[in-house]
Amino acid sequence: MRNFSLFLLLLFASSEAATALAPPPLPDGLQEQEKEKKKEAPALPAGLFGAAPPSLPPGLGGTEKKDKDPADTNGWANNFGINFTGFSEMRAGLRLQSDPYEKAASIGEARLQLSFEKEFTLGTATITADALFDPVLNSHHINLETGNGWLDLREASFLMRPASFVDVKIGRQILTWGTGDLLFINDLFPKDWNAFFIGRDTEYLKAPSDAVKLALFSDAANLDVIYTPRFDTDRFIDGQRLSYFNPALGGLAGQNAVINSARPDTWFVDDEWALRLYRGIGTAEIALYFYDGFWKSPAGQNPVSGLATFPRLRTYGASIRRPLFGGIAHLEAGFYDSLDDPSGDNPFVANSEFRLLAGFERELAPELTGTFQYYQERLAHYDAYLASLPSGLPVRDKTRHVLTTRLTKLAMNQTLTWSLFVYYSPSDKDGYVRPKISYKLTDAWQADIGANLFFGAEPDTFFRQFENNTNLFTSLRYSF
Amino acid sequence: MKKFILSLIAVAAVAVSAHAAPTVDEIVAKATHAAYYQGNDGKAKVTMTITDKQGRTRERAFTILRRDNSGPDGPQKFYVYFRGPADVAKTVFMVWKNTESDDDRWMYLPALDLVKRIAASDERTSFVGSHFFYEDVSGRGPAEDTHVLEEETEHYYVLKSTPKNSGAAEFDHYKSFIHKSSFLPVQIQYFDKNGENYRTYDALKVDMIDGFATVTAARMTDTRIGGNTEMHYTGVTYDKGIKEAIFSERYLRNPPRKELR
Repeated sequence: MRNFSLFLLLLFASSEAATALAPPPLPDGLQEQEKEKKKEAPALPAGLFGAAPPSLPPGLGGTEKKDKDPADTNGWANNFGINFTGFSEMRAGLRLQSDPYEKAASIGEARLQLSFEKEFTLGTATITADALFDPVLNSHHINLETGNGWLDLREASFLMRPASFVDVKIGRQILTWGTGDLLFINDLFPKDWNAFFIGRDTEYLKAPSDAVKLALFSDAANLDVIYTPRFDTDRFIDGQRLSYFNPALGGLAGQNAVINSARPDTWFVDDEWALRLYRGIGTAEIALYFYDGFWKSPAGQNPVSGLATFPRLRTYGASIRRPLFGGIAHLEAGFYDSLDDPSGDNPFVANSEFRLLAGFERELAPELTGTFQYYQERLAHYDAYLASLPSGLPVRDKTRHVLTTRLTKLAMNQTLTWSLFVYYSPSDKDGYVRPKISYKLTDAWQADIGANLFFGAEPDTFFRQFENNTNLFTSLRYSF
Repeated sequence: MKKFILSLIAVAAVAVSAHAAPTVDEIVAKATHAAYYQGNDGKAKVTMTITDKQGRTRERAFTILRRDNSGPDGPQKFYVYFRGPADVAKTVFMVWKNTESDDDRWMYLPALDLVKRIAASDERTSFVGSHFFYEDVSGRGPAEDTHVLEEETEHYYVLKSTPKNSGAAEFDHYKSFIHKSSFLPVQIQYFDKNGENYRTYDALKVDMIDGFATVTAARMTDTRIGGNTEMHYTGVTYDKGIKEAIFSERYLRNPPRKELR
């Protein structure tokens, strides 16, 4: 059979076979002959078929043209086997209205990111660190968990392939899975909502995890197991940088009422497990998810100390993503089992929730892509929630609905990107708009201008509570 | 002995191709094969220089791994690992090229550890901001056009190809100069409705690699966009046994460093 296909290949590509077996390129003499022949042959009159035929390129009997060797001009070469990249960036932003509890500047920072990667026999080591000067925050004390201070360690990991069916990544790393576009159900890895709302680059929405990732591969299915020995919280909105609705105060609050929280932080006790079982079926990708840990942002309160808490959380979920109607459709669901409040009647712990997401992305016109998503959160024990809710606190709807739209338009040879992302909740009657324009001045320089606009009807709804943080930002980045 | 028989077959095949003038469909099939299907798999390091109409240049450097599915020239898988510029370094673009349906595409963004599935796009939009279209990189289906052998010159078969569905492409027709012995397209001229040649592909350099005549430098010029893009290929290899498993989510998140070297 193999011989037969070889034969077919030869027959099919007789010319290659000839060159493969016959002596390779034309020796000088022959090339001269070709040139001689060319001289004798009358030039085809222009106009016979529009233009004269092209001359043969070097290698097909044409004359050699001196080409620069691209390897010489490759500016991304390795030094001592260390691959080094990074960027430096200035980013500034202003609140578009006064906020009684926060500074007028929403962001003002100089950032230098250095990323090193080195291959060893055993695997690949990666370190990515951001040095940061950020006058908006008052404290510059380094806290690698919250990312506060002048150093934010994004990655310090070692990736190994101990067997053909296993990949292991140990250390500080960014982790992502799931199908949503800026909506997350089964991705319970830490997010940095501050970075997202003040207009840092989207990559900063993902905060790093200190974890071990074990990825197992087989023909039947693939399994990711991620163990975080000590709970990593979201970098949540706590009032230091962004104002928010404080139910205890019954109004907006910020630096006057910074949320103090009690993070479960005992190594190997307050740990997290995240599992994903996935495979492709035809062009569809399906996945099952499991998480055991804690609500990632505060979802409760200690009635004695008053500290915000991270109650126990276990989630189960599934997703499917596949091409449909010339685009990509995705569907994802999850059940958030609030383990410390199994029947939903504890007013100091968040209720269990069902979450659902359906989305579709496709090209609307050349260089214009649109994404549309529907998302809902439904309380699992709504009657118990209502019955146990202390009077005076705002009442949640049983179901929160959110619609999102993303439009991305590329222009000027893809150097200019117009993008718009809109969240709108018909049930909360509030929303969040993220317009942005990016322009690549050169391969190295990029300028951005964008905004984070919050609006809504009631002050206590999810997006509206950030209204006083509505901001405009601009940045200039040099990548190397 | 096996080799000897193979050479005999090869010689016979050459003899046949040399004496019987190939039909248009044969030329098109062989040209497609020569341009996109040499060997069962292949690797190339590509440096792309994009020059805009004001003469400013931008560069892209990436490594392409390709693997053909079994059977005649049909579906293929591509793994494109970006080495530069710095802001896109380590980004991976993966395509499962389908001949009967839309291609499947994925993008891996390392800073977010995000495997993003990308909606199929118009095949005739720019590949990474260059003057080359997706279709120029992965190949246009021969069945999408009607081909006519217009002329035979000393070195070339000159074909005129007209799209069957004229609304699906921005050109009215294109003319290709197919090198007679290698079947490599040396030049392709695209014409608009007024017969104006506004876009031209040129093979600038051909090298014999692992027995395959391979274009190692090419240029696309487009007067509508202005400027041009040159692609230079180095480190080209064929039939190194690139495994199918590489074209999967696992290798998006953990690039096949040995194969990319």
